[in-house]
Amino acid sequence: MTIESILFYVLSAGAVGSALFVVSRRNPVVAALWLIFNFFCLAGLYLSLHAQFIAVIQIIVYAGAIMVLFLFVIMLLNLGDERRLVEGVTPRKVVGGILSIAVLVELWYVFLGTPSIQHAALGNRATEIGTVEHIGAQLFTKFLLPFEVTSLLLTAAIVGAIVLAKRKLD
Amino acid sequence: MDTTFVLLSIAKIAVVWGGVLTGAAILVLAERRISAWIQNRLGPNRVGPFGLLQSAADVVKLLFKEDIVPTAANRFVHDFAPMISITVALTTFAVIPFGDTIEAFGQNVKLIVADVNIGMLYILALTGIGVYGITLAGWSSNNKYSLLGGLRSSAQLISYELSMGLSIIGVIMISGTLRLDEVVMHQTAPLAHSMQKLPSWLQWLIPVAGWLPSWNVFFQPIGFITFVVASFAETNRLPFDLPEAEPELVGGYHTEYTGMKFGLFFLSEYANMITSSALITTLFLGGWHLPFAESWGLSPFALSLVKIGTFFVKVTILVVFYIIVRWTLPRFRYDQLMRLGWKVMLPLSIANILATGLLLLWWS
Repeated sequence: MTIESILFYVLSAGAVGSALFVVSRRNPVVAALWLIFNFFCLAGLYLSLHAQFIAVIQIIVYAGAIMVLFLFVIMLLNLGDERRLVEGVTPRKVVGGILSIAVLVELWYVFLGTPSIQHAALGNRATEIGTVEHIGAQLFTKFLLPFEVTSLLLTAAIVGAIVLAKRKLD
Repeated sequence: MDTTFVLLSIAKIAVVWGGVLTGAAILVLAERRISAWIQNRLGPNRVGPFGLLQSAADVVKLLFKEDIVPTAANRFVHDFAPMISITVALTTFAVIPFGDTIEAFGQNVKLIVADVNIGMLYILALTGIGVYGITLAGWSSNNKYSLLGGLRSSAQLISYELSMGLSIIGVIMISGTLRLDEVVMHQTAPLAHSMQKLPSWLQWLIPVAGWLPSWNVFFQPIGFITFVVASFAETNRLPFDLPEAEPELVGGYHTEYTGMKFGLFFLSEYANMITSSALITTLFLGGWHLPFAESWGLSPFALSLVKIGTFFVKVTILVVFYIIVRWTLPRFRYDQLMRLGWKVMLPLSIANILATGLLLLWWS
């Protein structure tokens, strides 16, 4: 087993395990902490795929900004443990379980049908694809229009958020 | 991965950690002595010559104190929070070059611990993680003052991280790289080189200012100011120390911390000060570059040492500046802090990016 595959299994186990903890912890702050750990495992996986930029952005945006905001809201509302919400087996849980198994089978099916991509086939380019230079060049040439449209979408979302918050203030 | 590389990395890590930790210990004393000087008193001068052993005495005291955890606190997070703070404080320095190259073991060694090509993004990522130490310390203590301190720090960090990142973009646009060693290399040419392209009515500036080094502070004055202000906010130093505002919040996020766990927060604050001073030096003040040092005819080894010394002196000056500001300016009110962050700093740094872009377009 190469060091890459050992890393892959360790990081994947960390990601799956922490994801399970996110949904099973009763304390919302502890659940949020496991989610942050999950983001770090994913960033590690991206790094092992030579996607440094995505890995660092994962940390900056998700772990560094969005989760701080999540924690801020959870702490501001001072949510207690979710004891009251604990219930037995309900129809909702049964349907949810069946649906998640269906999604798992679907994913499995898709992955089996996809021809595996070998790093060797990409040669030296594999290490270059994930760099900041390469992503920047692609964003400003090939994907310029989607990139600009995304910025418009984000501006619209920001304006919308401000309008919603302002109505509450008035 | 050969053995020399591993050994050299360990040696560099030892140098950086030794430097940062010793620096932090000396800085605690310097802070107390300088504050005493500003307030016209003596400060601690009893332990050792000039009070130099005061920090050692403080650490011994902190280590032997009882570790008190409030009954209703979340024990695990309460223990974990100082670890996050100190880990982030000690790992950020990894991508900052503290000198040029030096001859050692028969090869040229780059004086930087981790020579990665996403250095600036790494620093932004780590500053984002650093806030968890403070926020979680505030939450896990189960104390309303601690919680308020933690909440304030997360809101403050998000607000000022934006302008920090945006003011770095100006530097990235000029240097065209995310590697911090290349950013420094880019600043070593004399200013006259880039002044050749000035319009004719400004050519008279070349003999006046052409001898200056082309440090980024001359190209990015607004970026420099916004970055320094944001750094103060990120390190929770006055006038931005709202997370631990003593008159309002007892001790802020570390109210319920005792002994060495409190000591770790204290240590990471000073380590962060050193790191952000080093970052300001690297990004805007030419890093290890000393103008005209090449023309002194020193041997390569002595020149390397001079460069390390230059870096050290620049960082020291900035750190002393941090301390003097703390004992000079009053603390912001919370609404003033938010207004400054979102209505002044953010538009300023965006305008700076726009101006830099236009100038670069015109320049080339």
